[in-house]
Amino acid sequence: MELRKDYFSDERNDDLNEIGHSRTRSDTPGHVTGRTAYFADRTFPGLLHLKMMRSPHHHANIRSIDVSEAEKHPGVIRVLTAKDVPHNLYTILILIQVGPEDETVLADKKVSWKGEAVVAVLATSERAAQEGAAKVKVEYEVLPAVFDMEEALKPDAPLVNEHHPGNFYLYDSGDHRKVRFGDVEAGFAMADHILEQTYNSSPIEQAPLETTGCIVTPDGNDRFTCYTDTQAMFFTLDNASIILQMPGHKLHMVGGTVGGGFGGKVDVIVEPIAILAAKLTGRPVSFIYSREEEMQISSPRAAERIVIRDGVMNDGRLVARKVTGYTDAGAYSRHSPYGAQKGAAHYPGPYTVENVWIDTYCVYTNRTPSSAMRGFGVTIADFALEVQMDKLARLIGMDPLEFRFINAYRDGDMKAHRQPTEGAALIECMQEASRVADWPVADRFYEMSSRSREA
Amino acid sequence: MALKRGRGVAAINYPTGMNLGGDPSQALVHSTPTGSFMVTLSSVDLGQGLRQVMSQICAETIGVPTEAVTIDTADTDTGPHCMGTFASRGTHRIGNAIVQAAREARDVMLEVAAEELEVDAGDLETDGTGNIHVKGAPQKSISVFDTALAAHFKHGRSISGRGMFLVPRSFPETETGAMKPATCYAHACVVADVEVDDETGEVSVLSVKNVYDVGRALNPKMVEQQLVGGSWMGISHALFETTEPYYPDRDNGGTDFNQYLMPGPGNLADTETIVIERPAADGPYGAKGVGEMCANPQIPAVANAIFDAVGVRVDTMPITPERVLRALKAQSREAPAG
Amino acid sequence: MARVPVQFTLNGQERAEFVESGVTLLHALRDTMGDTSPKGGCQQGACGACSVIVDGELRLSCLTLAETCEGASIETAAGLASEGVLHPLQRAIVDGFAAQCGFCTPGMIMAAKTLLDHTPNPTREDVIEAISGNICRCTGYEPIIQAVLKAARSNSQKAG
Repeated sequence: MELRKDYFSDERNDDLNEIGHSRTRSDTPGHVTGRTAYFADRTFPGLLHLKMMRSPHHHANIRSIDVSEAEKHPGVIRVLTAKDVPHNLYTILILIQVGPEDETVLADKKVSWKGEAVVAVLATSERAAQEGAAKVKVEYEVLPAVFDMEEALKPDAPLVNEHHPGNFYLYDSGDHRKVRFGDVEAGFAMADHILEQTYNSSPIEQAPLETTGCIVTPDGNDRFTCYTDTQAMFFTLDNASIILQMPGHKLHMVGGTVGGGFGGKVDVIVEPIAILAAKLTGRPVSFIYSREEEMQISSPRAAERIVIRDGVMNDGRLVARKVTGYTDAGAYSRHSPYGAQKGAAHYPGPYTVENVWIDTYCVYTNRTPSSAMRGFGVTIADFALEVQMDKLARLIGMDPLEFRFINAYRDGDMKAHRQPTEGAALIECMQEASRVADWPVADRFYEMSSRSREA
Repeated sequence: MALKRGRGVAAINYPTGMNLGGDPSQALVHSTPTGSFMVTLSSVDLGQGLRQVMSQICAETIGVPTEAVTIDTADTDTGPHCMGTFASRGTHRIGNAIVQAAREARDVMLEVAAEELEVDAGDLETDGTGNIHVKGAPQKSISVFDTALAAHFKHGRSISGRGMFLVPRSFPETETGAMKPATCYAHACVVADVEVDDETGEVSVLSVKNVYDVGRALNPKMVEQQLVGGSWMGISHALFETTEPYYPDRDNGGTDFNQYLMPGPGNLADTETIVIERPAADGPYGAKGVGEMCANPQIPAVANAIFDAVGVRVDTMPITPERVLRALKAQSREAPAG
Repeated sequence: MARVPVQFTLNGQERAEFVESGVTLLHALRDTMGDTSPKGGCQQGACGACSVIVDGELRLSCLTLAETCEGASIETAAGLASEGVLHPLQRAIVDGFAAQCGFCTPGMIMAAKTLLDHTPNPTREDVIEAISGNICRCTGYEPIIQAVLKAARSNSQKAG
């Protein structure tokens, strides 16, 4: 890696004692010797293992649950169903007033995705818990399922989640988040060319090497210590407190080094049920996802569909950009309404466009709920925006890099969401990329600055 | 049938911290009797090296060596609230909280040192190696060690500080979308070179030239770790990764690392990393969040390079050999080779 | 479940314990022997985080039954440093910033050590081959490859 210190040197103090120096990481000696403590590097006498009996159907009503055979299975200590969970209906972002509560810890009346948790089985070994879970009998009435976002938004589509009529998240702005800036239709009217394209993505797994999990021990004083690999200690504590109707001071979360997160450990899924199990059995409880659960049960990055309609002039100016984005939340909200909103704030990308129209929808379908992953709300948007930029450049016969220089935002430019641009450095990144990649552009682009516009 | 080469570019920006703000983090700093400093947090280290960076931020602010700072974190019984480690917020949000806490602790430390030296606290400075001295008169000095001892056992002063950082929550206007989603943005521009096998549809990313604006590289080698690993993940996203290969069809999802594909050590692109530092006005020592943005620009750069190589657009991620091949077949149906 | 005795050498120390019949070497090491350096990343032999060396050969401890290691000599990442001095591979990973979350690191090191034990002067391709069964999600692999090559160079310098 090379630091190009000549850019913006007048904005920095490079003469500091500790900042700007590549000090050796103090944690790495622990990593290489295997001494770093991850949550699962602990053993407790009498530890119980929790395994989940999960829905085999994409969408079904639950008619009955029979746990009698599971309870009799050798090694099984306790079986938990929805009625054991004090506040079974929850949503994680309720902490920052983003509701409604729309997901059950354990399904009671209905399952809305294949893999949804129905019954938790606690046993003295993983194997006994797994075998016990296989003996849970659930009678289902299978319902029609919907997987495609546009199908889900049709009026006669199966209702994925009773808390979200119409299968969309209801923002205060309606069925989608809006950004309106300038007059997009006037922009299209003046444009030399209009290009409308659709981009799609599929769900993506965070795939940390360490799977999601926790170990809970009853402290003996009505408090519970939860060793967890969550990315957010208090998010977990506060949500567990709500779900378990247990005051926060009864809960003690201990993290450490997490074996990779990438957004996959921001949901609060394993901890509340494991704490409940420890409380009801009085024994330490371990609930750790298998690799298969990590791959298909834990929330992935949402699939998205993004339609971009642009108006561009022959001289390279982007004069109108209209974006319609759809985020596939799967069956429950988790962080997806937030992600769709983040997309609305991100468009039209790092470019100054005078006429912008943005609609982003968060849509419910019968699949694994999606949630946070490295860059969500923006990653797929950038794929769509930057492929679109390439197409536009080629449409008007312009070099793709020069086309970006022409439209790049600068300090002081008003963004579509009505914040002035500050601290921009896109132009300098492009100048440096041009040099390092030997991708020449016209001289005037090397003279540009993010700090001001040329006269 | 041939291997065809192409080149593509992409440029991006990325917001630091939770969208629309409202995501606080706190830090507490105190000294031990012998002048070591403890930072208590509840933030989580995901492996990106949060502890190391936070100790450097604290050390710089107090004016002691990094080794003198210990980070005690991820325990809700001892650490004050942190929203969490996500949204490229750790360095920026928690770093700012530590700067505030460390400044307060430094002020107390200098007050105690001033009493010991019988000078004005405003005339003191730290040398960064464990000593405090009068500006312009380095011989009139006291060690941080002796200062902390005096604070504890003579003056009854707690060398400590509290820090809290919160970007106030913004609420979008319903009809216009006017809002303040973030306070600072990182930037990047990437040029990717690919080779596409037009017989199999396979894409090899030969090289990526990644230029990133990170605000400030607080620990350059650790920034490099993020940027290089992120670039790999971006390429992986572009070409390989999904849990539902035939989305929206729910079938054929991978359940293990044999089915869920990512580039291995034998499939690496030659990766060149260039860093520009335009400090963020509100970042700790100018730092912006880079954990997420570093993995984004490779995806469109690779997609654009594929078009440059073989003239087909695959507008659905991931750009698998099957999708490339189908696009090539559709292309040859439309315009048979003459 | 029946418990059976197993006896083997772990990082040079004689160990004898009773384990449940059918338990994997990974679980025996972690839960019974107190060596948590091998990690359970997938429990199905696909990630390499549990890699250990058994009688000089690289093994996935999650797919190895503890009972089959009777009398064997087992090496793990926890035993590589001697008297507080890191093994050259460990040193190279620390100095080369070649670990992030660290979860793959012990297994990665054992895979690399197996290579260097057999091939003291490996090529880049040798290193890639040797670690290709070990998944890392953080680093993008290049820093690890560089660290292994550096460790090999420092080893051969010492030998020379």
